[in-house]
Amino acid sequence: MRLEIAVLSGPPIIMFVAFVIFPVALAAYYGFYRWHGYGAPTDWVGLNNYKLILTDPAFQQVLWHNFLIMVLSLVIQGPLAIVLALLLNQKIRGRSVIRVLIFVPFIISEVIVGTGWSLMLQSNGALNGLLHNTGLDFMRADWLANPKLALWTLMGIITWKYIGFAVILMLAGLQSIPEELFEAAAIDGASYWQIQRRITLPLLGPTVRIWGLLSIIGSLQLFDLVYIIWGQYISGTAGTSTMAIYMVGQGRNAGNYGYGSAVAVVMFLVSLVVAVIYQRFVLRRDLRGAVTQGVS
Amino acid sequence: MSATTASWSSVREPGAPTGGRGNRDKPKKWGNPATYFVALLFIAVCIAPVLYIVVGGFRTNSQITTSPAGLPRPWVTGNYLNVLSSNTFWGEFANSTIVALASTIGIVVLGLMVSFVIARYDFKLKGAMYSLFAAGLMFPLVIAITPLYIMIKDLGLVDSLFGVIVPQIAFGLPTTVIILVPFLRAIPKEIEEAAAIDGASRLGFFFRMVLPLSGPGVVTVGILAFIGSWNNYVLPLYILDSQANFTLPLGVQAFSSQYSEDTAKVLAFTSLAMLPALIFFSVFEKRIVGGLTGAVKG
Repeated sequence: MRLEIAVLSGPPIIMFVAFVIFPVALAAYYGFYRWHGYGAPTDWVGLNNYKLILTDPAFQQVLWHNFLIMVLSLVIQGPLAIVLALLLNQKIRGRSVIRVLIFVPFIISEVIVGTGWSLMLQSNGALNGLLHNTGLDFMRADWLANPKLALWTLMGIITWKYIGFAVILMLAGLQSIPEELFEAAAIDGASYWQIQRRITLPLLGPTVRIWGLLSIIGSLQLFDLVYIIWGQYISGTAGTSTMAIYMVGQGRNAGNYGYGSAVAVVMFLVSLVVAVIYQRFVLRRDLRGAVTQGVS
Repeated sequence: MSATTASWSSVREPGAPTGGRGNRDKPKKWGNPATYFVALLFIAVCIAPVLYIVVGGFRTNSQITTSPAGLPRPWVTGNYLNVLSSNTFWGEFANSTIVALASTIGIVVLGLMVSFVIARYDFKLKGAMYSLFAAGLMFPLVIAITPLYIMIKDLGLVDSLFGVIVPQIAFGLPTTVIILVPFLRAIPKEIEEAAAIDGASRLGFFFRMVLPLSGPGVVTVGILAFIGSWNNYVLPLYILDSQANFTLPLGVQAFSSQYSEDTAKVLAFTSLAMLPALIFFSVFEKRIVGGLTGAVKG
């Protein structure tokens, strides 16, 4: 039996440790060197990379952007997804078709979403054209380059891309609530809104909180969309750059692999701290150590 | 998606997710018109940009310049034919297909192996093994990419499809394990005992009983792996240098900067690049949406 366990679980574990865990550990090691990626790293600089990162105004800026994106994603998508899910959970026709269609933006790759939206949002693009055609000329804007607007444009695209996933998740959560509860409440004379507020929302809590964690991690790692739409340099001036953009720009594109690794470590620590805080204060009730002792 | 399934699965100890529909799914009457209005509006917002890309490919550049938000008048197929007859598109299409298929197979096979061990064997390190993969959800590709690139370079796999496939398999394992373990655990112990009485070894049980019974879970995991691979951008961006090895996401990016003046052609290329994932999704949507629903439902 030991042999079976070893044969079956050996290859996956080796693969996983070698290409997932080990690189993260390597990043921590490379982060202490000034290193351009050739040969073994020799130029030990201690915590200097980290000092540079934390004092770099550009990094503080991207950290702030990540924070804004994280908070705005929760604040915009959460309530919107709950309302839409409540709506779509009613007995209406064509529910399964609706579910498929709202999931489409989530299935399409970030690169395609980014390419498509950047064409539509150019100053002579489709959105401004549409606003012109409908007589809303005063609303035309430079959606991508205007630094006052760009972050909101990004939030719009993020919402569009990921709201379907949130709604599907909430719908699934709603389906797990026993219908008897609603019937009992209705018999007791509760109104539709009372039922939603007193029964649905509390019971939907676990789903909402798990979605929140996914959304937070996604926000902190955001890269593809920004890199495709704004690129390394314009994202800086437009105010949409993120930690991952900074990492790729300062690390790989500049050939500073030691520095890039240090940025990765900082990103990891930021995500970890946020996730731990979230688990501790928000998810405590739901998880009860699910991740650490899911199998018992 | 994965983490959700993860935490829910482990909290609720579900049986195999079936994606089955309850009575509630059968609408009996039409209901409130306002609901339909909001639903239609929501769908329109979700779909309109996708349609714009597809339909825009049927226009000419002068049409797009004079009326950015208009419909094709007349419809031209030149952009699409142009892309479809180019070696670039088909080369990148082939690369994406190879990478996605190889990654999917790797993820499913390795994922099944380790999930089976975690789900059906009793040993001390079982919990630790599960935690190891569950923790993997906290290690997104973006964070590991810099050292991963160095590793791939040291292995001599830079600019080869293999260099994308291998890490992709490794990063696909956590989701897979977390979805499959509850599936495999849900197979009743009696079946295993019956198989043992009939003289099947545990491995025989694996091949004869577990594989067929875990079909739905395997399909769900496979679809997620395929779409994830098809859409992956960061890893190919780091690993693949030469255009001949590009996958479609890199191809779309390269194409749109190369033909930045030719919007119509870019739109045609982009919509052709997203088509396979969309077709794949529409064929298997019940599995994806239903599987997700089932997993969360418990």
